[in-house]
Formats: sequence, C-alpha cells, structure tokens
Amino acid sequence: MSRQYISGCCAVAEAARLAEVNVVAAYPITPQTSIVEYLANYVAKGELKAEMIPVESEHSAMSACIGAACVGARTFTASSSQGLALMHECLFMAAGLRLPIVMAIANRALAAPVSIFCDHQDSLAQRDTGWLQFYVENCQEALDTILIAYRTIEDERVLLPAMVCLDGFFLSHISEPVDVPEAEQVKRFLPAHSPKYPILDVNNPGIFNVMAFPDTYEEFSYDRHVSMLRAREVLRESMADFARLFGRSYDLIETYGCEDAELILLGMGSMMGTVRTAVRLLREEGEKVGLVKIKSYRPFPTQEVAAAVQKTAVIGVLDRGLSTGLGGIIYPEVLKSLYHLTTRPLALNFIVGLGGRDVTIPILQRAVQEMKQAIGASRPKRETIWPGADRALLQAWGIKD
Amino acid sequence: MATTLKTLTDEEFVAPGRAGCNGCGAVIAARMATKVLGRNTLMANATGCMCVNYGYAGAPKFPFIHTLFENAAAIISGMDAGLRSLHKRDDVNLVVLAGDGGTTDIGLQALSGAVERGHRFLYICYDNEGYMNTGVQRSGATPYGAKTTTTPVGGDRLGEPRPLERRKDMVRLLAAHGIPYAATASIAHPLDYIRKVERAIAIDGSSYIHVLSPCSPGWGFAENMTIKIARLAVETHFFPIYEVEDGRWYRLTIKAERKKAVEEYLRLQGRFSHLFSERYRDEIARIQAEVDANWAYLKQLAALRAG
Ligand SMILES: Cc1ncc(C[n+]2csc(CCOP(=O)(O)OP(=O)(O)O)c2C)c(N)n1
Ligand code: SF4
Repeated sequence: MSRQYISGCCAVAEAARLAEVNVVAAYPITPQTSIVEYLANYVAKGELKAEMIPVESEHSAMSACIGAACVGARTFTASSSQGLALMHECLFMAAGLRLPIVMAIANRALAAPVSIFCDHQDSLAQRDTGWLQFYVENCQEALDTILIAYRTIEDERVLLPAMVCLDGFFLSHISEPVDVPEAEQVKRFLPAHSPKYPILDVNNPGIFNVMAFPDTYEEFSYDRHVSMLRAREVLRESMADFARLFGRSYDLIETYGCEDAELILLGMGSMMGTVRTAVRLLREEGEKVGLVKIKSYRPFPTQEVAAAVQKTAVIGVLDRGLSTGLGGIIYPEVLKSLYHLTTRPLALNFIVGLGGRDVTIPILQRAVQEMKQAIGASRPKRETIWPGADRALLQAWGIKD
Repeated sequence: MATTLKTLTDEEFVAPGRAGCNGCGAVIAARMATKVLGRNTLMANATGCMCVNYGYAGAPKFPFIHTLFENAAAIISGMDAGLRSLHKRDDVNLVVLAGDGGTTDIGLQALSGAVERGHRFLYICYDNEGYMNTGVQRSGATPYGAKTTTTPVGGDRLGEPRPLERRKDMVRLLAAHGIPYAATASIAHPLDYIRKVERAIAIDGSSYIHVLSPCSPGWGFAENMTIKIARLAVETHFFPIYEVEDGRWYRLTIKAERKKAVEEYLRLQGRFSHLFSERYRDEIARIQAEVDANWAYLKQLAALRAG
C-alpha cells in the first residue's frame, strides 16, 4: 500500500489499473476526461496491459465495451453528462446482455443551459437502465468502490453492469490523500476475470440478443430485477471481504447519529462530508440530528433506509437532481421505503446543489430549520423546498412560486 | 488458392427455417459470404431484415450477435480489441452484416470511426436500397425516382427526389478513409463476390463490401426474379461492380461493356412503374444520363491505376 495525494479521476484510473482491465473504450468529456488520460498513460508506459479504443462517440464507447465484454474481456469506461445521455440506448443493451462492465461517472449537469458542474441528474436519468449505481463521498471511496463493483457484478448471482458515480470537480478534480493498494493484494480480492456468463466464442457458438416475444420478455425483466435485488447480499459479502483485506468498511448505506435522532438528513455524494460536519455542529448545540448516506442507489437500500429512519420525527431528503414538475428523484424512493411502516417519520424534500452550486452549512441549517418546524405536524406545509435557491434572482426574473 | 464454385463448401451456414421473404436477395448475399467465412466467424448484425432472418427462426452455425441499429461497427471494434487483449484474435473472422439504412444513415458514424481506427473486420452492407424491415421507407441509398412509403408518388412527387449522383456512395466514402479494401458486389456474380469476401477477410485491417440485394416486396418484383434483377443492375451499369485498394486504386471487376439500357432494369420493378407514365418520360433519360456519367467517371478512376 502507498499513500498518495491524488484526484478522484486519478483514484478511479488507479482502480482500473489495479483491476487489470483488458479493454478501455472512452470518449473525452469534462470532468471525466482525466480518467481516460491517466489510463492512456498507464497503457503507453506498459503499467496496464489493456487495449485502449479511442472511439468517436460515447454511443460507440459503450458499444465497444459491449463488444469487448461479449468476448470475455474485463471492460472499463467513464463518462459524464451529455456523453452519458448519448449512451442511453446502449446501457439497456449492456444490462440486458448481463455484461459486467464498470463505468465511472463524473457527475455533471445537462444542457440547456450549458453547465459543466456537478449535478446528479446525468446518472439518475439512467436509473432504470438495469445498472447498479454507487455514489461516493471522497477519492478513497471512489477507488475502493470500483474494485468492489467489479467483484460484485462479476459474481454469477449478479451479472449486471455498474456505474460508480463521483461528483464532478468536487471529487474528480480535488486531490486528497488516498491509500493505493498493492497489485498483489488486489488480486486476492479481485482475481483475473474468467467470465461466468456465455461469451461469443467460435468454439462454442451461440446467438446473442435474439428477439423476445411477449411470452418471454417479462420473464427476462423479472430475472434482471431479482438479480439486482440479489446484488445487495453479494455487495455486502464483497464489502466484508474488502474490509478484511484493506481495513476500510462500507455498507449500502452509512449512518451517523441516527440512534437518538429527531431529525435525519439523507443524501449522497460529496456533499455528505459537509452534511456530516453540519450534523456534528448541530449535535454540539444539543440538537438531535442524524445522517443517512446512500452509497448504493441501485440496488436501492429500501430496508436499510427504513430501519435507520423509522424512529425519527422528520427526515429531510437532499436531492442533487430534479424530476421536473415532481421534485427530487431520490425522495419518492425514500417515501416508498417508508410507506409500509406502521409509524413513519414526516418527510421533506430539499433540492440542493444543482449545476455545481455548493451545498453549504447555512443551506443545511435552513433545511434543518424547516424540518424542526414540521415536527408534530400531520403533513408537511411545503413538501419540496429549495433552501439554496437565490430568492432575489428569482424575483428579478419575475418568477413566483 | 482462390475458391471456385467447385471447391466451395456444400455446408450451409444460414440455417433452414429462417424467416426472410422468399427470394430475398440479402439472404442469398449472406449465404454466399458465409460459405467463405465458415465457422471461425463472429458476426455482428445490425437491426434490420437480416437479424430477423437469423433471430426469429433458424440460426447461423457461428456465434452471432444482433446489435442495435447503428452500433454494429462499434461493437465489432470492441470485439477486435477484446480478442486482442485476451490473445485470441488470430483465426477469427469478425464480420458485420448491416443493411443500407444501418450503414449509410444511422450507422455511418460508428463505421467511419471503426475504419479510421483500423480495426480488423469485414463490413458487409447488403443494400436493398431502403428500410425494408420497417416496411419500405427511403434511406440514403434509395435511388432517384423510387417509390417508398416515405417518398410516395402523387401530386408533384415522383418518389425519391434526391438525384442519383448525390446518393451516398459508401465505397467512395470509405475509400476517402484510406480503407485497405472496399468493393461492390452482386449476387448475380457469385464468384466475383466470393473472391472479394475471401480477399477482404485476409486483410489485417478494415474492409468493406457493398452487395446489392434486390428485395421482392420492397422493389415490387416476383420472388423468382431476384437474380435476374441483380444481373440487370450490373449489365445496365446501374450498379457497377468494382473494388478499391488502399482507398486509391480502382478496378472494375465486372466490365459489362456491352451494356443494356437502364429502362430494362427499371421496367421490371414496381417501385419505378410510375416513371413509365407519359408525365415522367424525361426522367428515365435523366437516370440514364447519370448512370452513364457515373460509369465514365469510374472508368477514369480505374485508368489511374494503369497510368
Ligand atoms: C435507433 C433506432 N431507430 C429506429 C429503429 C427502427 N428500425 C429497425 S430496422 C430499421 C430499418 C433497417 O433498414 P436497413 O438498415 O436498410 O435494413 P433492412 O431492414 O433493409 O434489412 C429501422 C428504421 C431502431 N431499431 N433503432
Ligand atoms: S423485405 Fe426484402 S430484404 Fe427484407 S426479408 Fe423480405 S426480401 Fe429480404
């Protein structure tokens, strides 16, 4: 192991190098580009023995990954925002063919208006494509999660592709001290890829992606669905093994201060560092506040979330993405997790940090204020709240809500 | 040694029970090519009639993937890289089979990228001059004046309005990429076609074959006329048969100097029947002129080699 001061992009590339991926196919887009640049360098220097395919688009990047995974190669790519949106069609194909491809996403907002800054909209819009989705809080977690992802999805109980999402700029371009494990140690956790799924092979001919008629399509979908649900237990096993070997433990969710909390803030990504600080400060002032960080967004940790927040009075879901006309994207999923509980907390939805806006302690304090006012109410006065929105600017634009 | 019809294998790689229309030119094109390609083939087939022909009933004897409509060339790029990285690339023929829609239109970018990067694969475009799988719509390969469901005839419209000389010419387009080998072929000239396939798969790089594949329901002719129509396309110079090496050196491989009038070719096909009404009489002369000009131009290109 060596401790290095590296960016999120570099940590991700290190992970792909340590995973000894066979094929990388990717296309540049800010803020993901450096991941591919690092990998190209490793390949050029012979530190990674992989084929790099400098494709002409993200649609082709994902397609090339599909082709490579179909012949049994361990395959990696990375993208962001517009690029990920362009891949959309191919994401379904990768999941439907049950190919264990790992893709890093440097989360970024989508045009219009143009933004290169952090927003979870890009990957959340791919929610239903059949990919596992992990969101990380720091550069170390980015590296570790790539390794955990390969280990989990190559397991024959899962066989689905996975996205590891790190916040654009906040993580992709910020350097932190990261423990980079030794290759030998990683090999023990993640042995060389030997596909436990049918591959395109001239010695064993098969036909891929045939037409499924109404008498089978539903069953294919069901099978994919239960594999995703099963991924929870496989993930837990991988994470436990990872902790044993590397001393860093992860879970589908992470909680802090939830045991006695009256108020719980729930969210994902790099802002959870700030949320942790805010919660600590509030607790020092005697407020009973807790935190739930979603690490695995797909499979969604329904039971874990329910168990963590069941006894609290109010939970505030922080959404760094917007389902226009509805509100946050994680919020309805949290409500689903709570609906069947006999006693459940009141839930508020906070839209924060869109298009790279900092999620600051004052914004979080405002959210907590709203939550406190809701204690004891039978239903929230306002359900979707924008605690970081610039009221003066909205007024100047003549926008009323 | 080059294959002859005598040495060509009796084995079939396009399974009986396939779901194509009777007399489907594309199935004939696939049948001939696969007899040369053999079992050591991985085929990526873009969405279109041929994936239905393989996928619904019957199956090829080699591994096969039905890709999306536009990404067959990108998927084959991944297979090329994947096999290389696993040291399994030798002795495997990577082949794309795609329609003219999946090639000239929606799949053009992926094909251009794959060829430019120099992946080793053969791309066979079976050109039935339209989107047939979705019920005969026009494509970038539909000829001038042809009636399709999106270029109907009536009012001021005589069918496909884009002139013949501006139809996307895939072979010349890929020649401009410097592709090591590109050719047109006809199912009415099986030896020429088969030898081109043989030559193409021996190349350590990208190669492309554009094979005209008459389509009985789409073009409007009786299902026993497929080969006759394919032959007439060559004899009238409507579809010249040639090859290009290294993107530069053109060679007409079927000369057909004693050519027939284009009218003979058009007359047999329902999609051109309106051109024979009084109203459109001049159009046939216009098509003839464009076909002649194209032939003359190709001959000039072919002469460059000799010079
Ligand atoms: C992205 C996308 N758009 C549209 C379609 C619908 N579609 C399927 S096949 C096809 C036409 C195929 O035409 P061509 O490539 O010429 O092959 P052919 O059907 O003639 O064999 C179309 C439009 C699709 N499958 N995917
Ligand atoms: S519609 Fe045309 S191309 Fe398609 S299967 Fe029938 S004959 Fe062949």
